[in-house]
Amino acid sequence: MADLFDKFAGMIELRDTLAFEKANPYQICMDEVYSPTEAKINGKRTLLAGTNNYLGLTFDERCIKAAHDALDEFGTGTTGSRVLNGTYGAHRELEDAIADLYGTEHAMVFSTGFLANLGMIAGLTGKDDIIMIDADSHASIYDACALSDATITRFRHNDAADLDKRLGRINGGRNVLVVVEGLYSMLGDKAPLADIIAACKKHDAYLLVDEAHSFGPYGPQGQGIAAELGMVDQVDFIVGTFSKSVGTVGGYCVSSHPEFDILRLASRAFMFSASLPPSVVASATAAVRIMQSERTQQEALWRNAQQLHCGLAEMGFNLGADCSPVIAVVIEDRDAAVRSWEQLMDMGIYVNLALPPATPQNVNLLRCSLSAAHTPEQIDQILEAFDTVAKSNSIHRN
Amino acid sequence: MSSSESTLAAIIRLLEPFNEKGVDISENTTFANDLELDSLSVMDFVAEMEDHFDIMIPLNILPELETVGQVVEAVDNIAEESRG
Repeated sequence: MADLFDKFAGMIELRDTLAFEKANPYQICMDEVYSPTEAKINGKRTLLAGTNNYLGLTFDERCIKAAHDALDEFGTGTTGSRVLNGTYGAHRELEDAIADLYGTEHAMVFSTGFLANLGMIAGLTGKDDIIMIDADSHASIYDACALSDATITRFRHNDAADLDKRLGRINGGRNVLVVVEGLYSMLGDKAPLADIIAACKKHDAYLLVDEAHSFGPYGPQGQGIAAELGMVDQVDFIVGTFSKSVGTVGGYCVSSHPEFDILRLASRAFMFSASLPPSVVASATAAVRIMQSERTQQEALWRNAQQLHCGLAEMGFNLGADCSPVIAVVIEDRDAAVRSWEQLMDMGIYVNLALPPATPQNVNLLRCSLSAAHTPEQIDQILEAFDTVAKSNSIHRN
Repeated sequence: MSSSESTLAAIIRLLEPFNEKGVDISENTTFANDLELDSLSVMDFVAEMEDHFDIMIPLNILPELETVGQVVEAVDNIAEESRG
């Protein structure tokens, strides 16, 4: 009989041809974490520049205290799903805090951001519906489509005119759910959301925006790109995560659709997942309230993003997009990208190495994500390190 | 030319930019083995066909389309349905 694992032959070959000598980007282990920006990796104190910890709240004493208190008061876990015994007062309180942040009628909390996309997209759509997604969508959106009975189709990445054209081809009578992300995680490019909203309105399509990476960095209270544009009320569903800016884990969806709550009984990823532990819910609520009331973290994040983006641009690097908290350096040659990543690790700097097929347009990326907790000196250190690896690996610069 | 003959001719033309190995394309040519299209190229090729024929080709049916001939048949069926 054939081996079940035969199908992975190509992937195994790809993995084995990446000749990592000193460190492996897919086997990073942090043995100690000193702060939002420093950890011990391979026995070495390492500057973290690729952890999506945008607001730097993972060690905020208010979030930690809230988690401690909830642990003492409610124990380590709920041992149940939201629809049975897994809803505590704290889960409701977090949903109220999120709905309040967006000014929507409803909010639902899921156990991860991935599950929020699965639960919303697959939960909302049935066999007579159409889902139209951006071609560069996250794996959770593609998997949600695979779970749905709907007809699935794509439009060209971040191209609102292409979306408009493709929506125009659909014969009337079918509900269409358009799915986009606010900020795309690999290159850090922003969706043209106002134009996307206009196309959806024109064709009477529903719109779901995943603000996973834009929740925190964008919007007057960190709500994301729809809020930055003042257009939250024109988006039908906004999904997000607590695992980046909020510094813990979990996902959510907000909406003002009058029947939204039926999804608590129709969304399988919601119904059949164990609910978040009380300590996680408590620190998430504390972080959301901090986002809502303080500007200092968002301001520091953007100062840092600008310092790194401008610095790398001045050095002539090819960057994936305009300035955002995700800054991706595009490296033409795969081996040069691999060697540069290893050398950065050797110099005590952690960034993400992203290679095809996990990247758009098959590019090789050294992907940085900034934090409010980075100091200007740390950004300088990252810049110097990039300059060094570019020289020693003959990376093309403009 | 019948509808499927003209569809085949158009699809062979649309495939040209993706035919890096210069394979001689017929109805029996396979996308994965003969043309070795990766998932990103498949996306671009599907979008090109959608624009050329002014139709929607659902992602759902792609796994079953292994040869050029199967794609010709699918495109003709979809075009027929959207006219109806």
